Amino acid sequence: MNLLVCISHVPDTTAKINFDAAGTALDATGVQFVINPYDEFSLTKALHLKEAHGGTITVLNVGGPETEPTLRKALAIGADQAIRINATPTDAITVAKELKNHIAANAYDLILCGQESIDYNGQQVPAMLAALLNLPFVNACVDLVIDGSSATATGEIDGGHATYTGNLPLVVGGKKGLVEEKDLRIPNMRGIMTARSKPLQVLEATEHDAATRAAKFVKPAAKSAVKLVDNVDELVHLLHNEAKAI
Amino acid sequence: MSIIVFVEDWNNQFKKASFEAVSYAKSWAELAGTTVTAVTSSGAADPAALASYGADRIVTIALAATPYGIAQQLAAMAEGAAGMVIAGTSIGRSIAPALAALAGGALSTNTTSVPTGTAPVTVVRGAFSSKGIETIELIGGLPMVSFVPNSVGIQERAGAGAVESMDTAGTDLLQVTEKTIASGQVALPEAEVVVSAGRGLKGPENWAMIEELASVLGAATACSKPVSDIGWRPHSEHVGQTGIQVNPNLYIAIGISGAIQHLAGVSASKTIVVVNTDAEAPFFKAADYGIVGDAFEVVPQLVNAMRAFKAGQ
Repeated sequence: MNLLVCISHVPDTTAKINFDAAGTALDATGVQFVINPYDEFSLTKALHLKEAHGGTITVLNVGGPETEPTLRKALAIGADQAIRINATPTDAITVAKELKNHIAANAYDLILCGQESIDYNGQQVPAMLAALLNLPFVNACVDLVIDGSSATATGEIDGGHATYTGNLPLVVGGKKGLVEEKDLRIPNMRGIMTARSKPLQVLEATEHDAATRAAKFVKPAAKSAVKLVDNVDELVHLLHNEAKAI
Repeated sequence: MSIIVFVEDWNNQFKKASFEAVSYAKSWAELAGTTVTAVTSSGAADPAALASYGADRIVTIALAATPYGIAQQLAAMAEGAAGMVIAGTSIGRSIAPALAALAGGALSTNTTSVPTGTAPVTVVRGAFSSKGIETIELIGGLPMVSFVPNSVGIQERAGAGAVESMDTAGTDLLQVTEKTIASGQVALPEAEVVVSAGRGLKGPENWAMIEELASVLGAATACSKPVSDIGWRPHSEHVGQTGIQVNPNLYIAIGISGAIQHLAGVSASKTIVVVNTDAEAPFFKAADYGIVGDAFEVVPQLVNAMRAFKAGQ
């Protein structure tokens, strides 16, 4: 199988988030970047599929040179080759169009993304990519079985699950459940050593106009101190009269 | 040049998110000086009900089976629209980006405000797992908004409400082979009250009191990540980063320490109550109200107190 995993390079979950002086972009000073947590489930699923069906895993990212350590980490985890499309991501549609250009010119059987990236939380790129390619798409994918040229995929829907079948190629937005958390792979020493010699190709971007513009980022107002109460009757009273929550 | 809103139904019934979507479109239309066209399933039991929330024109269509098919149907209606609105339900989150790609839209998702300006259309959205708030301008194409359910609320405002049906086709690229929705429970993403519990409960056999509290409050039940990872509760109840993000009016966390991954999924809640034996639990820093105490003592008391409160209403 020719497997593609789209990787986002995002601030670590525990990173303190600050914005630049103009308030229009993330201030990356001192921020540790990682593989987007949702993408890790998709990457591990690709490894499982390769082990079962054979094939090649390519990891693909739209970003500047600073994202290469994240791609190297994906190679260390087990991907065979990496491609970086050299562009600073501006919004979801520009990223989706860059990905589409590459994917349309290459015969991938399965395109695995994470459901969303934990930086901009848009949950847009995978569905846009599938629509641009006119390929089937399953979001919030928690189970995926490949049988020859067809796929059965289950996605979470509000209050339950929906299962779909269709032909490859297929685009999925993966999340926990696609593989279990305990099965997520981390790089071992041998993986880190071999990753250095695996191919990492840089492709030039094709320039698309953004559809949206970040006008301002602010941090949420600091929460006022918790009000500790001694008994449940007082809590019910406060929830009703003060918070108007019940 | 109206605002088009896609109105989702569940087993032919509208829910709160359906009416909230029409309310959202109406607020936008008032700002832009235009009308609201609501598009919904021809199977919906009472399409005329959307008029009470501001729909001027109500178009029923035979909905495609998959989000992509529905996105194609909506894209066919997008020409000449002033904007499009879709509730950020699980289906809506699959439709909106596909629609934006097909119809040349400028899309804001995870949106938590109605438009504050129209030239360009400007809205507020959550980013960086609730650690940032973004003001975003929709500049390059048909403005489209997918909003977080329960973030802007329902407003009753009368619209003209003429109902008509329309023929439009969408191509489904996948077959739906099975759909299972837990019945009799409040779906987590749209719940107004969520009762959530963690490892402090000590074992899955102790969840009866959590379910009882949820039942008294008409709430959905949820859990922390460790609890779903060790199999005490299903993954579908896991709230937090990589789980489900919730936005209720009231979030009650019992025996959850409040790891940053958990807070990423719940900090948009309007009021947070934490019950924990450990006064140093990080969750207290994110809470509005707290009780330092043992869940096995506090929760049964809270069930009784809430039941008495509800009976008195």
